Amino acid sequence: MRMRQNLGIAWDGIRANKLRSSLTMLGMIIGVAAVIVLMSIGTGTQASITSRISSLGSNLVFVRPGGAPIQGGVRQAQGSAGSLTFEDAQVLAAPGAVPGALAVAPETATRQQLVAGNLNTNTNIRGVDEAYLDVRNYEMAEGEFFTATQLSTRALVVVLGSNTAATLFPEGDAVGKNLRINRLQFRVVGTLVSKGGSGFGNEDDVAMVPITTSLTRLSQQRTNQGQRSVSTINIKAENDKSVGLIKESVAAILRERHRLQGEDDFTVTSQEDTLATLNQVTGVMTAFLGSIAGISLLVGGIGIMNIMLVSVTERTREIGIRKAVGAKRRDILAQFLVEATMMSLVGGGLGLGIGILISRLVNGMQLNNQPLQTVVSPDIAILSVTVSAAVGLFFGIYPAVQASKLNPIQALRYE
Amino acid sequence: MTATLPIPHLVRDQPVIVIHGVTKTYTMGDQTVHALKGIDCTIERGEMVAIMGPSGSGKSTLMNVIGCLDVSSAGSYELDGVSVGALNDDQLADIRSGKIGFVFQSFNLLARTSALDNVQLPLVYAGVKDRKPRAMEALTRVGLGDRVHHKPNELSGGQQQRVAIARAIVNRPAILLADEPTGALDSRTSEEIMALFQSLNKDDGMTVIFVTHEKDIGHHTGRIIHIRDGAVQADERVMHPLVAADILRDLDRAAAEAEAAEEAAV
Ligand SMILES: Nc1ncnc2c1ncn2[C@@H]1O[C@H](COP(=O)(O)OP(=O)(O)OP(=O)(O)O)[C@@H](O)[C@H]1O
Ligand SMILES: [Mg+2]
Repeated sequence: MRMRQNLGIAWDGIRANKLRSSLTMLGMIIGVAAVIVLMSIGTGTQASITSRISSLGSNLVFVRPGGAPIQGGVRQAQGSAGSLTFEDAQVLAAPGAVPGALAVAPETATRQQLVAGNLNTNTNIRGVDEAYLDVRNYEMAEGEFFTATQLSTRALVVVLGSNTAATLFPEGDAVGKNLRINRLQFRVVGTLVSKGGSGFGNEDDVAMVPITTSLTRLSQQRTNQGQRSVSTINIKAENDKSVGLIKESVAAILRERHRLQGEDDFTVTSQEDTLATLNQVTGVMTAFLGSIAGISLLVGGIGIMNIMLVSVTERTREIGIRKAVGAKRRDILAQFLVEATMMSLVGGGLGLGIGILISRLVNGMQLNNQPLQTVVSPDIAILSVTVSAAVGLFFGIYPAVQASKLNPIQALRYE
Repeated sequence: MTATLPIPHLVRDQPVIVIHGVTKTYTMGDQTVHALKGIDCTIERGEMVAIMGPSGSGKSTLMNVIGCLDVSSAGSYELDGVSVGALNDDQLADIRSGKIGFVFQSFNLLARTSALDNVQLPLVYAGVKDRKPRAMEALTRVGLGDRVHHKPNELSGGQQQRVAIARAIVNRPAILLADEPTGALDSRTSEEIMALFQSLNKDDGMTVIFVTHEKDIGHHTGRIIHIRDGAVQADERVMHPLVAADILRDLDRAAAEAEAAEEAAV
């Protein structure tokens, strides 16, 4: 018996048992598609978070007010302590103060209403200095960033993030226009290039003002000692190797300046730390999605198994008939092997196709106002197709192997 | 039913079936059923034999052993000079494929598969290339040339019986074995099947062995083997076997006369 004949017999078998064949393939399709879709959401989220973190800039160290997270306990709300001062930032920024640091950029953050004509938006207002743009990887789209003069004179000027600019000036002519923040009139001097992406703490949903302006005219935040407080000090390291050293020397300087004995009243984290923490969170999420996907695969597999086992009696009788009219054991095995392979290929292939299609459709869909990002990982696709094909092959072939050992009468009498 | 199949190549001067002391025992738990208790019989090439006996006497069991579908528990069985007991699974399959045509008591057709495909099945495993014309020829010979695309569940019991017979003869076997081939049929159709068997036996030289409950049907053969309780009770020779073709002709004539009489009466 040649291959072509086996293909023909197997194909006839699949066609003659359309319901059984399609149910079997359905199990594979559901299992494979579910795994691919769920895992693509997990990997996609992870990828989008990673790209977001790296879009902040590279080799960054963040200093924030507030204590270090207590293991397993509640963390002091960052920024609420207001322990980090503008003067701290100035000391750190002094040339040579922090070895390995390329630039130090302090930042204040408040949320306020921006009003331009009859349009308004509530956004993140950051007080920043000249170094900020480079440290945080922003680029100007139009206009100019703050000049040294504007910074020293606490000028009422603002640079808008791309989203904010689009909201307040839909015509796209923001530069040179005026807007009001906290009843003060600001002039728009520039807009920023979009960083793309979306989701938490959107980097395009911002407005920047000179930090001097922010400290004196917008946010009246003071430390307990009455000093001007900042929300973050961003430090750009020369390279990834200097990050550790910077963390240590920054902590030493601040501890000294704050005259601390016990716990720190600030936190120094690197971008890698943040990434690691977030990856831990998304890792848990991916594992969770993965286990749901695994269950789908299992359910699909049990479906396949059920169909195959339910039809074992009928199939055994069929094998009896075939053997009675002259089929050899290897003919039977070839038939069932080819049949199970065909169904696994078609079922797995359809599952793969449908999974990728749904992943594409889901990509960019809004979930809680956050667009989902999906990335189909080839490893997962191969794994899920392999698992469901293996289940299909096993339960398609194993009973046939058993039945092919019987003599025709035994097989025909099988119950 | 005029097409004749060529005479299968056979070794002459040697009985085609020699059975000696064949037994078959089934064990079910602590219970043993002796379905065959030592059968001896010899069947010559080209013979037409009927096997008769009460229900449960072991007729089907014997047929299965002769058809190489089941193995005996003890005893020897030589088919065409070959000792079947020494053969492995593949060799038995070759014999079933090449020498034997078997008609099951319960047809055993593949469900959801057309009559034509069912009849082609033995040809597939025999490696025959030009299957369709051969299958069509067999179906035509059993009088089902117009039902070839029907599936078993779309056919009557008698029609399924014919598909099963077509499947059994499609490989031009040397031996045709049929387990109650007329069990589901009326007397007219039974007669047609007997005519077919007699033609296969006489014109094609097939050795035909079939099981029947009906004496009339048994008398279409030259020999009736009576089985009782798993043993041969009697080996009866029939001096003047009935000729199915003649009976059919008589039936036709009687029917025509009845019709004519009716017309005359009107
Ligand atoms: N697989 C089996 N397991 C147990 N006992 C069996 C089996 N097959 C047949 N028998 C027994 O063997 C005996 C002979 O059965 P067999 O089918 O040969 O009878 P039969 O003469 O063909 O009867 P019928 O005319 O009703 O078809 C019966 O008593 C039956 O119960
Ligand atoms: Mg029987």
